[in-house]
Amino acid sequence: MGALKSTPAPIEHHDLSEKTGFSLRQIRVLHKRFKQLSDGDDVLRREDFLGISSLKYNPIRKEIIEAFFNRRNFSPSCEGRANEIDFEEFLVVMSHFKPPCSKMTDEQRKNIRREKLKFIFNMHDSDGDGLITLEDYRHLVEELLSRSGALGKETSRAIADAAMFEVARTVGHRLLSNFDIESRMNIRFLKTDVIPGCRLG
Amino acid sequence: MFSRMAPRGRSGLGRSLAELGLLLLAILVLLDGTVLSLEAATSSEIDTHEGKPGTHKNTSKKSFPVLGIKYDDVSVPFEISLWVLLASLMKLGFHLIPRLSNVVPESCLLISVGLLVGGILKLARDEVPPVLSDRIFFLCLLPPIILDAGYFLPIRPFVENIGTILMFAVVGTLWNAFFVGGLIYAVCQIAQDKYSEIDLSNIGILPCLLFGSIISAVDPVAVLAVFEEIHINELLHILVFGESLLNDAVTVVLYHLFEEFMESGSVSAVDAILGLVSFLIVALGGVLVGAFYGILAAFTSRFTSHTRVIEPLFVFLYSYMAYLSAEVFHLSGIMSLIACGAVMRPYVEANISHKSHTTIKYFLKMWSSVSETLIFIFLGVATVEGEHHWNWVFLTSTVVLCLVARVIGVVGLTYIINKFRIVKLTTKDQFIIAYGGLRGAIAFSLGFILHSEHKKIFLTAIITVIFFTVFVQGMTIKPLVELLAVKKKHEAKRSINEEIHTRFLDHLLTGIEDICGHYGHHHWKNKLNRFNKKYVKKILIAGDRSKEPQLIAFYHKLEMKNAIQMVESGGGSKLNSTFPSTVSMQNIQPKIHSPPSARPSERALPQLTKGREEEIRQILRTNLQKTRQRLQSYNRHTLVVDPDEEGFDDLILKKRRMMELDWKVCKTSSHKSSNAIYSQAYVKPGAENVPTIKIDLASPQSPDSVRLLDEVVQDQGLTMSLPSSSSRAYKTSGKDDGRDQQKLLRCLSDPGPDVDDDEDYDDDEPVPT
Repeated sequence: MGALKSTPAPIEHHDLSEKTGFSLRQIRVLHKRFKQLSDGDDVLRREDFLGISSLKYNPIRKEIIEAFFNRRNFSPSCEGRANEIDFEEFLVVMSHFKPPCSKMTDEQRKNIRREKLKFIFNMHDSDGDGLITLEDYRHLVEELLSRSGALGKETSRAIADAAMFEVARTVGHRLLSNFDIESRMNIRFLKTDVIPGCRLG
Repeated sequence: MFSRMAPRGRSGLGRSLAELGLLLLAILVLLDGTVLSLEAATSSEIDTHEGKPGTHKNTSKKSFPVLGIKYDDVSVPFEISLWVLLASLMKLGFHLIPRLSNVVPESCLLISVGLLVGGILKLARDEVPPVLSDRIFFLCLLPPIILDAGYFLPIRPFVENIGTILMFAVVGTLWNAFFVGGLIYAVCQIAQDKYSEIDLSNIGILPCLLFGSIISAVDPVAVLAVFEEIHINELLHILVFGESLLNDAVTVVLYHLFEEFMESGSVSAVDAILGLVSFLIVALGGVLVGAFYGILAAFTSRFTSHTRVIEPLFVFLYSYMAYLSAEVFHLSGIMSLIACGAVMRPYVEANISHKSHTTIKYFLKMWSSVSETLIFIFLGVATVEGEHHWNWVFLTSTVVLCLVARVIGVVGLTYIINKFRIVKLTTKDQFIIAYGGLRGAIAFSLGFILHSEHKKIFLTAIITVIFFTVFVQGMTIKPLVELLAVKKKHEAKRSINEEIHTRFLDHLLTGIEDICGHYGHHHWKNKLNRFNKKYVKKILIAGDRSKEPQLIAFYHKLEMKNAIQMVESGGGSKLNSTFPSTVSMQNIQPKIHSPPSARPSERALPQLTKGREEEIRQILRTNLQKTRQRLQSYNRHTLVVDPDEEGFDDLILKKRRMMELDWKVCKTSSHKSSNAIYSQAYVKPGAENVPTIKIDLASPQSPDSVRLLDEVVQDQGLTMSLPSSSSRAYKTSGKDDGRDQQKLLRCLSDPGPDVDDDEDYDDDEPVPT
């Protein structure tokens, strides 16, 4: 697990807390996890993620891992992909999953919603050109159904096509306009605790 | 006799003359002195009335009786049918008067009718049959309503909010019971009403607590009846409704507990602990019994592929057995019924035919609707029937205490609950939850079977509270909801995109939780689903369907629905009617250029002449055969061969064809100018096997090609672009130049009205994937 310092939170943590909105305690816990995943290193690589055993049942694990290395998630102006990320970038990606606080103005709520949607958009858009094509969508549906095996490409194609058709049909074509993403895409970070038995691999 | 008809003032309606006639007939029969109680207890009356026709017979010579009256043999079914008929006619009548049913909720009207009928019966015969006996209520009237609620329970919101619901149901009800019981005892001791013949201070603490426990439970029937009409948002609905369902366990335990204590006379600490244990047993036992029967039902449905006709019967029978079995052991019947319905639903629906599904849905709706109507009418009748002991102090203090207890309970609990919730409950939410705590017939029935000496005063108080909540709260909740601008239920149909993203989010959040290393909510849900998929589904679902994932099942259901809708709305023959709902490229433009004010009708565009329309129809007809093979792969029937569903084969194909047609006949706007849309669609027969309709798309330089990333920045939705490279199914011409300039093909939407009266949520998993 590496040597964990039990000193008071370093100054970077305060900065990070301000930048990402996590509390100091949450940052400490996530830092522990970061260190655990990266084997004491200061950067995380793709192989580190592949070591998480429970992730292997996840049909979209590739996309999830890629999302961590997608520079567009770190800040709106960056492009391209990274091969390794440091703790700050790790936190920024995680901050997309923070639950919204109760007292928020409408403006803030809209911003948060857009952030989360942008994250998902980036996940769908695998080639990074800012557009999601039918192929991307088909790929997504195929992955979602990949665990079920028997049904093959035809049905997933049909579903993706139908979905695209639906988008094309809606007025002003707002996908997911009724989808409360700000209340659904959340993880309870406060309860996050690195479980000692949770080893990699 | 007819003079008594005058007070029945619904004669204003001309068209309900026939109904009025039926009503008169019904009343006539009732008043004819042949009214019998549903209980065998009052069978003594039968004899007196039998005498009448009997004596007539005896006076004449003993010839062959050509016509005679033999009422007593059919009396009970006849009586029951009359009541049910009356209830249904009432329901019919109320919906014919739209103004009334908008202002007053149905439950109030029904109670009033019950009062009226009770009054008439009382005037006529000086006594009223005790129709709302507990046996009839608990065995016949309540189960259909609860089964309907349980079978169509929206699982996802229910499970997501289960913590909150349990807190309200258990802790809230306990708080209410003790608060009301305790304070009413205090009031009784203090109050000295010299005008009343009842000595309130006689009422001991235990009867008061018993009374408190009866009156504190929120009633599912009343909540359903009122909340259904106000269309409140899903969260609040499931909170109040879930609470009303789950507090049954608490009520049952408290009731039996206090009754036992009253018998035995003394209470000890051990008894209190036993009470707690008993609560756990009642609640969990009920759920287990229900789950057991649910699994049995699911397993049975696996083998019903050859006897489709009795499939619905299994569902009903197993559920009823679950209820009865739970009642045998004094477990919570309501929880058992809910558990049974919720557990069996995903598996049964995967196994049964579409027709059976419809049957189950409509039978449940029908029975629950009739039951609800009957319950309210009987409440009215029973009010007139019972002896009442009016004690203003007791009554007013009960009502006030109930309200106060509810408010304090909700506010206090929300404060605690909000610490654990992601989506906090606002003050508005709290108000609605508190205000929605309606009492109903369950409280009345429990009061009815009391063996206390103070039964009458308790019953009067219970009735007062019920009337108050149903009338005052029921009537005012709708305007209050409007006033407070509480979020309403959005009526949108569940779209396939939402479904895809729901699944996607589930996997995403599970993945993130795994990366964080914390075994949260999603992690366990995922584990449960994997277990379900691996073992349970294989056992309980027949054949190939067991491997069908959630998304595909949803997709097929949607297809089916669309296909049926299309046929119902006239299908392909109404090409013109599809045009008004065309969504065009123009709609993307407005975000960039002009305000999106285009209404569907303005985009209407019958540019296709009659001749072209005919040609298109001809093409469709001739090509249906050729495309049959190609489309087979999309068809549900490759998964499961179901002889019953061959009819839908054609529908799906037809719809496929329409979809293909939609893709081909595209409307593109010519541009920035008005909302008018120009199209050029022409038929080009002969190209390849299938004559296709080619479209002259706008040139790449036109502003039709839209940068969709702009969309994302400006809206808050995800938008997608379509590639120009099409699949074999969509033969559009006019390829683009590279990814950058993608044209979005605006297509015809589904013809026909989007009438989706499907109230059920299509979550099929016990814990949704």
